Amino acid sequence: MSIKSPESNWFKPPEGSERLWVGVALVWCMVMFLAMPYWHVKGKQNSTGESYAVTPAEFQKRVNRFVETNKVGEKNGIPVVEPSPGGDAYLMGQMWRWYPILKLKEGQTYRLHISSVDLQHGFSVLPININFQVLPGYDHVLTLTPTSKGIFQVICNEFCGIGHHLMTGQIIVE
Amino acid sequence: MGNFLEGRYRTCNTTGLPVCLDAQFFIKAHAVAAVVFFLIGAIAALLIALTRWSAVHLLPAMWFYRVLTLHGLNMLIFWIISFEIAILYFAGTSLLNSRLFSRKVAWVAYVLMVVGALMVDYIVLIGKGDVLMTSYPPLKAHPLFYLGIIFFAVGTLIAVFNFFATVYIARRDKTYEGSMPLVAYGALAAAIIAVVTLLHGATVMIPSFLWSLGLVEHIDAGWYRLVWWGLGHPSQQINVAAMVAVWYFMATLTTGAKPLNETVCRAAFVFYILFINLASAHHLLVDPGLNASWKIWNTSYAMYLAVLASMIHGFTVPASIEVAQRLKGFTRGIFNWLTSAPWGDPGFASIFLSIVIFGFIGGITGVTLGTEQINIIAHNTLRIPGHFHATVVGGTTLAFMGLTYYVVPLIFQRDFYFKKWARVQPYIFASGVVLLSLGMSFAGSYGVPRRHWDVNFTGAPLSAGFDAAAHFFLGVLGIGGILAFTGALIFIVLTVVAVFFGKSIAGQPFHGWQPAEKFKLSMEIFSRKKDEKFEQIAHKVPGTVVLVFVLLISFMVYYFANWKALADVWWVR
Repeated sequence: MSIKSPESNWFKPPEGSERLWVGVALVWCMVMFLAMPYWHVKGKQNSTGESYAVTPAEFQKRVNRFVETNKVGEKNGIPVVEPSPGGDAYLMGQMWRWYPILKLKEGQTYRLHISSVDLQHGFSVLPININFQVLPGYDHVLTLTPTSKGIFQVICNEFCGIGHHLMTGQIIVE
Repeated sequence: MGNFLEGRYRTCNTTGLPVCLDAQFFIKAHAVAAVVFFLIGAIAALLIALTRWSAVHLLPAMWFYRVLTLHGLNMLIFWIISFEIAILYFAGTSLLNSRLFSRKVAWVAYVLMVVGALMVDYIVLIGKGDVLMTSYPPLKAHPLFYLGIIFFAVGTLIAVFNFFATVYIARRDKTYEGSMPLVAYGALAAAIIAVVTLLHGATVMIPSFLWSLGLVEHIDAGWYRLVWWGLGHPSQQINVAAMVAVWYFMATLTTGAKPLNETVCRAAFVFYILFINLASAHHLLVDPGLNASWKIWNTSYAMYLAVLASMIHGFTVPASIEVAQRLKGFTRGIFNWLTSAPWGDPGFASIFLSIVIFGFIGGITGVTLGTEQINIIAHNTLRIPGHFHATVVGGTTLAFMGLTYYVVPLIFQRDFYFKKWARVQPYIFASGVVLLSLGMSFAGSYGVPRRHWDVNFTGAPLSAGFDAAAHFFLGVLGIGGILAFTGALIFIVLTVVAVFFGKSIAGQPFHGWQPAEKFKLSMEIFSRKKDEKFEQIAHKVPGTVVLVFVLLISFMVYYFANWKALADVWWVR
């Protein structure tokens, strides 16, 4: 009993409604568990955590090379970069900007490398609302296929100091 | 027979439970410290809510993050854990009919906890710890920030040891017969989870402390997150286990309820112990470096067995109340037992609202957001605090408030003034928390980030922002915050006034919330043996069955709606 010791014969299986509820709840738990592996097979949105070790200096070098090779324009002084479909794209999180602006094609798949060269950052694309964690030392690879056209805002949703709210970027999908 | 020392115990005039006077002293001490931390956290909460309400936008950026750090630490760690230590001391002594193992050990624990917490608060307020509660590296705070947390954690571990030692001497001296009471069993589960949690804390905080001193060169960001959340999330499960124990306790005290089936209730607590520390994964679902099978197994607490445990408690607590009420003669229809419940007793109102908010908002959102893939549309948005304000504030804090309405008269032996305010306080606080939580959840579903000073991104080189609907829900958040703060303030004022200026009721029974005859009837129902009539009613409980199936249907609707929303976003793997 709750505030007194129970009678000595307390060890017994549930009965009646309680038994029914335990059974139903257990089935629901199994449904929710199986939904996740199922979505890896049938679903299009998964978080595989693919990543590689990289130092901030090395990542910055790769980003600069990527910008030099694929730059197609400039906006507010920020390079706009168009990777080739099926190829690698780079996005660098830095206090307080996402660099560079990416130009992608609808329905094409890209290997998007995201990392940070200083603090932890949060990669968040609006208004579609997809979110991934970005850590210094980790080259986080998202195999990404934009399925809608438009200009999308990238914001940071991991606290990165006083200018956190200034950290924005852009992905243009045509 | 109890093992109390001569002259160091009394018998409670209301419940007849023994009270160890040493334990009583430390229950009071920890409860007072807890309420002080709660006050600090609540003032911070109001300032944060009024800043997130974008039309008000009260604080400047620096103070927003500073106050947010203060809020998280004082609420999630200092207030709740201090209160939980009080619960452990109560459960280990009064419920097991035993004395407290050691006063000296209790002093050491108390001093470490209070000094640690004050160190952290001081460092944060002077601006040397603007790292938020999680202190993710490479963000670095002053060494005393980490040392303060280590002090608090070590103090807690020592207090938990004192509880274990109390359980040991109770068992050795045979102070109770047979198995321990369920509430003490739940407290024991909370204590075991606390040990696991605090060991994670030590693993991550000691290297961080050395790093802040310059003695360790590098802390890996991913490693830190994995281990820190072994502290961060399971510590919330200490709250869950303690809260559920309080549900059972208060259900007995206010309605005479007793569990239908001890095996089921105890097994559910064991599930918490076995699986809950996997919850670190909830925060790492969109992290690099961890693969999908690891994420799926851990985020589901090994196939959702810890969720099953909560679904079980969510049935057994209301069901036990239903049986007790039906035995009192409230047998008409499906819900007469519930409508005739003591809603004017703030102890009862608090725990019933706590059960509903924890289950319907906190539980459903938590499991859904913690689904590996669904987390992609939820991670670091306001949906996350929308979830945990329903569990930790609407659930745990509200349950602890309900308990406090009995701790003050029964342990401090003081009467409340302004009882009418106490009777409405749970409703004010609960509605505030519900609004706050829903405002956060809906704003978050537009992608509004958590821990963010300005969602208009004023001054950013590339513009960004949200549509009017998201700002409307930030307004709901703000109004909910004001309402919840009002409820919290009423609670604090009533409690502080009662503790320091209340009329002493030592030596008399307390019947301030329910008439004496009602309380006597509840206790009579409680102490009856489980006869055939009890079993007959216990097998049916139609009202509870309706409630839990409404919960299940709401759960399914929310869960599948989120899969649908996920299916609409860009393809990613």
